[in-house]
Amino acid sequence: MVIRGASSGTLMTEGGARSASWQTCAIAEIIQRTPSIKSYFLRLSEPFAHIAGQHVDVRLTAPDGYVAMRSYSIASSPSASNVIELAIERLPDGEVSPFFHDIAAVGDKIELRGPLGGHFLWPERATAPVLLIGAGSGVVPLMAMIRQRRALAQTVPTALLLSSRTQRDVLFADELLSLELADPKFTLALAITREPPERACDFARRIDSAMVAELVARLPRMPAHVFVCGSNRFVNIAADGALMAGLDAAVIKTERYGG
Amino acid sequence: MITRGFTGRNSGGDQSDRIPPGQHLVEHFPVLTAGPTPRVETADWKFTLKIGPRHIKVWNWSAFNALPKTKMTRDIHCVTSWSKLNTAWEGVVVDDILADAGVEPPTDFVLAHCYDGYSTNVPLADLASGKTMIALNYEGQPLPRDHGGPARLLVPHLYFWKSAKWVNGLQFTERDEAGFWELRGYHKYGDPWREQRYTND
Repeated sequence: MVIRGASSGTLMTEGGARSASWQTCAIAEIIQRTPSIKSYFLRLSEPFAHIAGQHVDVRLTAPDGYVAMRSYSIASSPSASNVIELAIERLPDGEVSPFFHDIAAVGDKIELRGPLGGHFLWPERATAPVLLIGAGSGVVPLMAMIRQRRALAQTVPTALLLSSRTQRDVLFADELLSLELADPKFTLALAITREPPERACDFARRIDSAMVAELVARLPRMPAHVFVCGSNRFVNIAADGALMAGLDAAVIKTERYGG
Repeated sequence: MITRGFTGRNSGGDQSDRIPPGQHLVEHFPVLTAGPTPRVETADWKFTLKIGPRHIKVWNWSAFNALPKTKMTRDIHCVTSWSKLNTAWEGVVVDDILADAGVEPPTDFVLAHCYDGYSTNVPLADLASGKTMIALNYEGQPLPRDHGGPARLLVPHLYFWKSAKWVNGLQFTERDEAGFWELRGYHKYGDPWREQRYTND
């Protein structure tokens, strides 16, 4: 997903910030995930360990020297190898996403820098419940969090509310559904806006405050961390819903895309 | 490195000399915020000028609106790579705020503070000389809540995270103190023409 979002920056550590330098990656694999989203697996030439929720900046250069830059959240777990996954939605009027969907091929070289972002981060010690809310490709940084939680065998109760137009548009659907079956501490709720959902626990409408309140209620305790990612409109509804459910503004972290 | 098969939209056209490196033009006005959008009523709104911990002057909405208003049309550049040309603002330039408070700037560094706990640092030299304002109107209308209404800082010559939304005060600091994003990896100064996006850029 394109975040072009609120968070950016190399991770600030006690010792100060590192500079993330540009590196050249090779596209190792491309997978069509949904009708409009493909995953791109990029082999890093200079491997890094990111924190779930972080993104990379991708830079494309035209023969005339024109440079286009976009930020993409990392979908893969930090525990994975030196290959990172970006899931990119094709925006019809886009400049960079149509290049990825229509032109980029396995073996192509892509420049990127990262990991970036020092705010929208999976907590270092996740003990209190976590609520994740995403729309469409907004689930990408949340998926990195879910995958990291699983890779570290964390048991922190976690709920994901994911809004998509149709069942076929649900990004990472198979992985999320099987994870929910395998992990009693992980709750998945889909909000399917343009067709009836397949499961009784899912919603057949756009996100609203009542839906957020119900997700909060499905967790054993009030969440201590809320991560919301999607369009500005979606994020505002989700964040307002979380506030109305009694959550403190300080625990709600958002990433909005657009631009 | 030239990217195989990429030609780009190069949307700048005749205005490409107004678009900093790595930026692309947008027509709409993206909204990017790290948390929930605060609700601030003008009846409750206050703006505080501080020197260190010391309150120098506090304005309410009507007192602040009685200050001289200035219009400014500027190009703006977001670190996330969009740029928007000819944005029209109206508000109170920072020099007029300092004049109304009757203070000579005691230090060279300022932190802007906001209702949502956000902060950002801007050197005095960049804030003063009519270059920046506390913006109250955008395109002739009261500033929408999504864009920082009722009031935001406007520092158009730096990356737009410096133009703090829901601003409620300026504070002179002894040293150049990092703000919210500056503590989380953004560049301390943020000049789009030098592509100062992240720390050490």
